[in-house]
Amino acid sequence: MNKKQKITGICLLLICLGSGIALGVSASDRETKDGKQRAEVAPVQNRLYSTECGACHFAYQPGLLPVRSWEKLLAGLGEHFGENAEVTPTTYTALREYLTGHAADRVDYGRSRKINASIPDGEKPIRVTETRYFQKEHRELSPPMREKNPQIGSLSRCETCHTQAEQGSFHEHEVRMPSDGR
Amino acid sequence: MKKSVFMIGLTVASAAIAGATTVDELLAQYQRDGAGPFRAEQGLVLLNQVNSGGTASEGNSCAACHTTDPKQAGKHVKTGKLIEPLAPAVNRDRLQDAEKVEKWFLRNCKGTLGRTCTSQEKGDFLTFLATLK
Repeated sequence: MNKKQKITGICLLLICLGSGIALGVSASDRETKDGKQRAEVAPVQNRLYSTECGACHFAYQPGLLPVRSWEKLLAGLGEHFGENAEVTPTTYTALREYLTGHAADRVDYGRSRKINASIPDGEKPIRVTETRYFQKEHRELSPPMREKNPQIGSLSRCETCHTQAEQGSFHEHEVRMPSDGR
Repeated sequence: MKKSVFMIGLTVASAAIAGATTVDELLAQYQRDGAGPFRAEQGLVLLNQVNSGGTASEGNSCAACHTTDPKQAGKHVKTGKLIEPLAPAVNRDRLQDAEKVEKWFLRNCKGTLGRTCTSQEKGDFLTFLATLK
């Protein structure tokens, strides 16, 4: 290794360390005291997924559902919650790789782990709102309460109340209900 | 200074030509499929057409999400997601990429009208959008 290569190597190492530090302090990538497990869910970092899926709805992080759920959802894109969401075979393969590779049962993020643990083995929910963990966390949003504040709307629209939803952070203290003055 | 003004002018002109090319290419392709001539007013009819085909999206229309004016931003009827205006006159990103245009025709014709759109319909619709001032 010559001097130039050494310098390049050191620079690359510093860049990697720098990115690591930047990630370490982001809200969605916090580490717990033991430094092993990260809270929340990993933010979406895939342009194809953001444009193909995020064009019509909140780009749900892959860590919100397990592999088997994503597989089921992808297999039915032709009839996607009443709409057509067909993609080309190339796009399909890339989306599948991204979603299943970062699914709730493949990553070590606190909220992903809790969602995954709340789904019985035989079930393949294709809506995050159907999972027991989600329902437990949103139990205070009773139908009468939502009737009183119709701006909350569908619970599928994470970003309506969770101000950091796009960053993969769903902390209670980041919640801002529409027009409740909080 | 003069040179930079010229360069900006050139860039704008090339962008305009690039936009026209994508639509022109698509229209030429539809013509090869046997469609044409294309009429902007028929594009407006398609925008407002309501699905009555007995599918899951019965009662839906393009305008439900895109509004009846392609120069306005729309909102996804179910998810509430903002949809940028369709008309290139107010949104220069539109109709620049043939693959993207075809992708949305496929998804939205099937999802909204419960069927694929014909080359004639697609040609009319693009003509409608491209001629809006």
